[in-house]
Amino acid sequence: MSNIVGIEYNRVNNTTANDFPGFSSDGSNAWDVEKFKETFDVQITSLSEREANFDLINIDTSMANAFRRIMISEVPSVAAEYVYFLTNTSVIQDEVLAHRIGMIPLKVDPDMLSWIDTSLSEEEKFTDDNTVVMSLNIKCTRNLNAPKDCTDPKILYHNSSVYAKDLKFEPQGKQVETFAKCPVVPSDPDILLAKLRPDQEISLRVHCILGVGGDHAKFSPVSTASYRLLPHINILKPITGEQAIKFQKCFLPGVIGINEETGEAYVKDARKDTVSREVLRHEEFNDKVKLGRIRDHFIFNVESTGAMTPEEIFFKSVRILKNKASYLKNCPITQ
Amino acid sequence: MVSATKKRKTTSKAHKHTHEHEKDETFDELLKPIYKGKKLTDEINTADDKWHLLPAFLKVKGLVKQHLDSFNYFVDVDLKKIIKANQLILSDVDPEFYLKYVDIRVGKKSTSSARDYLTPPHECRLRDMTYSAPIYVDIEYTRGRNIIMHKDVEIGRMPIMLRSNKCTLYGADEKQMAKLNECPLDPGGYFIVNGTEKVILVQEQLSKNRIIVEADEKKGIVQASVTSSTHERKSKTYVITKNGKIYLKHNSIAEEIPIVIVLKACGIVSDLEIMQLVCGNDSSYQDIFAVNLEEAAKLNLYTQQQALEFIGAKVKTMRRQKLSILQEGIEAIATTVVAHLTVEALDFREKALYMAMMTRRVVMAIHNPKMVDDRDYVGNKRLELAGQMVSLLFEDLFKKFNSDFKATIDKVLEKPNRAMEYDALLSINVHSNNITSGLNRAISTGNWSLKRFKMERAGVTHVLSRLSYISALGMMTRISSQFEKSRKVSGPRALQPSQFGMLCTADTPEGEACGLVKNLALMTHITSDDEEEPIKRVCYVLGVEDISLIDSASLHLNFGVYLNGTLIGTTRFPIKFVSQFRHLRRTGKVSEFISIYTNSHQKAVHIATDGGRICRPLIIVTNGKSHVTADHLRSLLEGKLVFDDFLKLGLVEYLDVNEENDSFIALYEKDINVASTHMEIEPFTVLGAVAGLIPYPHHNQSPRNTYQCAMGKQAIGAIAYNQFKRIDTLLYLMIYPQQPMVKTKTIELIDYDKLPAGQNATVAVMSYSGYDIEDALVINKASIDRGFGRCETRRKTTTILKRYPNHTQDIISGMRVDENGDPIWQHKALGPDGLGEVGMKLDSGQIYINKAVPTNPTSDLNAAPEQSQYRDTPVMYRAPEPSHIDQVMMSVSDNDQALIKVLLRQNRRPELGDKFSSRHGQKGVCGIIVQQEDMPFNDQGIVPDIIMNPHGFPSRMTVGKMIELVSGKAGVLNGSLEYGTCFGGSKLEDMSKILVDQGFNYSGKDMLYSGITGECLQAYIFFGPIYYQKLKHMVLDKMHARARGPRAVLTRQPTEGRSRDGGLRLGEMERDCVIAYGASQLLLERLMISSDAFEVDVCDECGLMGYSGWCTTCKSAENIIKMTIPYAAKLLFQELLSMNIAPRLRLEDIFVKA
Repeated sequence: MSNIVGIEYNRVNNTTANDFPGFSSDGSNAWDVEKFKETFDVQITSLSEREANFDLINIDTSMANAFRRIMISEVPSVAAEYVYFLTNTSVIQDEVLAHRIGMIPLKVDPDMLSWIDTSLSEEEKFTDDNTVVMSLNIKCTRNLNAPKDCTDPKILYHNSSVYAKDLKFEPQGKQVETFAKCPVVPSDPDILLAKLRPDQEISLRVHCILGVGGDHAKFSPVSTASYRLLPHINILKPITGEQAIKFQKCFLPGVIGINEETGEAYVKDARKDTVSREVLRHEEFNDKVKLGRIRDHFIFNVESTGAMTPEEIFFKSVRILKNKASYLKNCPITQ
Repeated sequence: MVSATKKRKTTSKAHKHTHEHEKDETFDELLKPIYKGKKLTDEINTADDKWHLLPAFLKVKGLVKQHLDSFNYFVDVDLKKIIKANQLILSDVDPEFYLKYVDIRVGKKSTSSARDYLTPPHECRLRDMTYSAPIYVDIEYTRGRNIIMHKDVEIGRMPIMLRSNKCTLYGADEKQMAKLNECPLDPGGYFIVNGTEKVILVQEQLSKNRIIVEADEKKGIVQASVTSSTHERKSKTYVITKNGKIYLKHNSIAEEIPIVIVLKACGIVSDLEIMQLVCGNDSSYQDIFAVNLEEAAKLNLYTQQQALEFIGAKVKTMRRQKLSILQEGIEAIATTVVAHLTVEALDFREKALYMAMMTRRVVMAIHNPKMVDDRDYVGNKRLELAGQMVSLLFEDLFKKFNSDFKATIDKVLEKPNRAMEYDALLSINVHSNNITSGLNRAISTGNWSLKRFKMERAGVTHVLSRLSYISALGMMTRISSQFEKSRKVSGPRALQPSQFGMLCTADTPEGEACGLVKNLALMTHITSDDEEEPIKRVCYVLGVEDISLIDSASLHLNFGVYLNGTLIGTTRFPIKFVSQFRHLRRTGKVSEFISIYTNSHQKAVHIATDGGRICRPLIIVTNGKSHVTADHLRSLLEGKLVFDDFLKLGLVEYLDVNEENDSFIALYEKDINVASTHMEIEPFTVLGAVAGLIPYPHHNQSPRNTYQCAMGKQAIGAIAYNQFKRIDTLLYLMIYPQQPMVKTKTIELIDYDKLPAGQNATVAVMSYSGYDIEDALVINKASIDRGFGRCETRRKTTTILKRYPNHTQDIISGMRVDENGDPIWQHKALGPDGLGEVGMKLDSGQIYINKAVPTNPTSDLNAAPEQSQYRDTPVMYRAPEPSHIDQVMMSVSDNDQALIKVLLRQNRRPELGDKFSSRHGQKGVCGIIVQQEDMPFNDQGIVPDIIMNPHGFPSRMTVGKMIELVSGKAGVLNGSLEYGTCFGGSKLEDMSKILVDQGFNYSGKDMLYSGITGECLQAYIFFGPIYYQKLKHMVLDKMHARARGPRAVLTRQPTEGRSRDGGLRLGEMERDCVIAYGASQLLLERLMISSDAFEVDVCDECGLMGYSGWCTTCKSAENIIKMTIPYAAKLLFQELLSMNIAPRLRLEDIFVKA
């Protein structure tokens, strides 16, 4: 059977893989490591501090999806969990400010912290081993040097806006050494937390701990981690001339090229296609083109929140999946 | 793509262009032509840009202008009229004495030019005070022989309507408003009485002093009625048919009087003249009417005196001194019948003509049954506004004040030998509290009781709903009808064609008040009273023949001219007269709110100057050309012209419903033809402010728009700029409100985009998990984590520290500490002053006001000052979820008692069962909250916030919601806000084009991957942003369960209701089920054991109940049997006993022991 998901005008077909044992009489379809090693391929398109784009080719959907799911909800990261207010005379309420602080992505390697023991009492729970303490002490004052006719609060006052960068890391105990090289800072310093006016003051301490995205979205290390299938455009009959130009316009620029000599349309780069299905609206292309997507070619896009590089997140997801598999393997039930 | 890029480019240009016209923060922005992406130098298309008149209209008129106008009219004009009508106070004792009111003012002394200082409105709200201004009068009175003038005597305080011209906020700009802690977007138009905001709803009534002709076809009755209303009295006069003859009926006359006799009594003695007045020379009318003349002849009444005596004999009177029958007759004709016409020097001709006209209308209706009036026609309705209501009340109170004052004066003057000359001024202040408290009481309770009209109206005022900005705004435009809600008539509830453009077609509640409570449309204005006399003179100048000079024979030859329903003359050239009169109005020579129209069926020209008519502005069209040109619109945009200039230049005029019906109005410029007289300014103004929020309402099934109007008022959002300063009983706020992606022009005009109530949720229309049946929604947990649908409730508790007559008073004791010096758990939130500290968390059972009251507040004052003892009466927090203390306010109320208000705040994230709704009347509860990774995702990795079941669409037919999704999606991709304005807005075709250009499918359907399996879904999913509102119904406020708890004292059954921690009732129908199933033990347990089981001692001998094993009836303990019965049953038996009925129990064993 084909490994192409069929994209029709009003439905998608052939969405499920069927290369599992017992599906058909021809070929056993049993999973084979060697065969997998041979065919599996990773292609990296782009890789940066915050975003990665790579392809996983010839891998089962369940695996690709597992990586995606784990990246979103199970790769641990550090976020603010407990906020202790000393003063807050701003207009923003304590709960809302705490929520906003919680959502700030922190640049801290989650491996440097251990899990918190929830069974302990409030006093004993936090140690320099499992907690990062941040503090925010800010007060808005008037800028005496501001020009008279000025109306911009940024010039009129000092600290009229509180940003994520105003959160200061307070190393505890041995953290002075361990975090010496990599002090904890918000990965995006310019997130607005609150606005202040003269004599308003915020003073608080934040305990940041390890957690997973499944518990709360703030612990998710990715802004988004998802994949799409590689588009596939199959031109069944040659499309030429005026039609070719129209055909080209049905796709985003760069997807379809036109042969300058013959005037025939050809698929230049199917990867750029967004599968808008625009071409299926036009009757003249009805039997000339077949759209599809390759079922086992996943184009991953992982966007990190900043604590870890995207590849690190992906590797962690692989490791977690591996641990899960080995747990399952060693599980007493299976024996 | 073309349209999209052009839009963006020009928008930025328009931004750069600085406007030099005067600053007005709120409307400045609106007047900038950025919406259609035009700058000032662009070519102006009158068809597209004439809508700019709408913001210009709202700038001068505002949404609640009708309330403000009417209140301003009341304090500036009507008050003076009332004073004039009641200006003299004379004494029955001393004929020399008089007191005369010369002038009256509110909130301003005659000496100073500035307004008096008033306690600012927000302070009044916080301190439970009344926002009012002193009423000053100038009086002139006699003291002994001298006449004394006295200025600025305060006779009471008048509650002031916010933002009226007597209000501190009048004309305040945004900065001043901020200083006074007021929201600049707050519409005003309400009162603050004892700290609560009260609105006097607009009241709808049948018009006064107009003839209404109705027919009852079943009974064959035709009647013309007129409700006469003057300052003194209200009465209704009927001209009615009975057995084919016509009679006059009035409440104060015992029986119907033949109309001919009435006319004769009025001095129209000749039968010929009566015939001429009623029928003219129309023979068919004459045939119908002739029988009435015969009847009068049969009664042998020929002269005016005979007729008057005939009437006089039938008058019901309650007079002290008896009048002769003739005098009674004269009195009846002169003052009681058709009372709104005043009779001078016993000249009844005017009144006779009026009644003849009524008769003529009846005759016409007999001749042609179609000549009847429609009660429900908006032109026959008048709206009574706050100013008029307060005016009625004030006049009543003022009269009472004067009569009390007079009584006091008489009492003093009665005494013979007074040592000093009496100064009336000294006793004027005694009664001033009556006016103040009378006004306050009426407004705060809503009971309007007017002695002189014997009127008793309840529910006139309502507490201004501050649930959301839109609910407050919606309340200000609401109109309540006088019709009974219980009556099952469809007429008054039905949508009237004449409502078009005047009253909102969508905004009405469901259920019993459906169609009776209406809302004003966006561009309506309600008129105030205007002087009649000058208009009358204008008419005569324009060639109207004076009615008093016309002979009866030629009366009906020409068109009659009616001023406020009264015939004032005739004209031979009605068309010319009407057009000349309109010309005068368009040139500003007469008020723009005076309407004139021709009724060719009645051969009449009607002119109306009375108040309460609904009218709206329209563009004038003559000779197939609109008067408003591109030049005018350009000047408007440049700020050279304002809306009033358009009126003065004769480009735009106000039409009331009657005149509108006499006009030929083109909807768009393309529809104008030679016959057109007017053109609409904007078609979307048929809707009101609340219905204006709905995007693409013209694509929805109409009840859906009505549902949304009701739900928009329950949406949680931002309420006002001063929302954090307010201390209301209950306030719901949204943490992160967003302006909608798909806006409407109305949204911008009413500033909903500045105080929104909802969030743009990414919606996938698909079935998911089965927890989305019956309109339930699937919500993404990560979205909730990130702040979707978060809201806050703020709840107030008020405590007053009372003072008692024996000099003791309530106190607040400090906190109690344990042995370590830490406060005990219950007092954890308290500060050393015994009040909760701001910011502290309150758990259920903790105390936030540690109040104590004296144990002996009633003890004698002179008793020994024993050690003052106090009993703790702390205010304890009781709720399933903890709250935080937001604000603590200490103040002093009006009567010098300490007032403490504590505001508790609770932050809530959406949970299972919370109610959400889109803007299309599609509500649903949260059915399941799903992890982000389980949600479907698209190529970009976008995950929906909400999954909605597609079954919500076919039966609801809310196509507008689908278009909102497509437009919203296009807007998101394009970086623009799209419009869903009614009868306009962004076109679906353009939106689809944007989608395709951005690489999406034209239909808005995306290919999604399942989050669970990771495979592609087999269907394309309709996917994009829809504006969702969170409604105030939340599970946390409703959840309730009980195992055991309080019981009612009387019946010992569990209490009822959540607020009393009541039981859950196993009702009759549930009981029937259990019986049918045969579960008798369950029944016994539910109905007795778990409810009110009670052990009684029954005497087997007498069958009555005893106690402690003793039968009091038989005086023995021999046959006492203990048994368990419901306490309610025992109670019933005893109650029966008390009524001399002895229920006796006969006991038997059912299960006889073997």
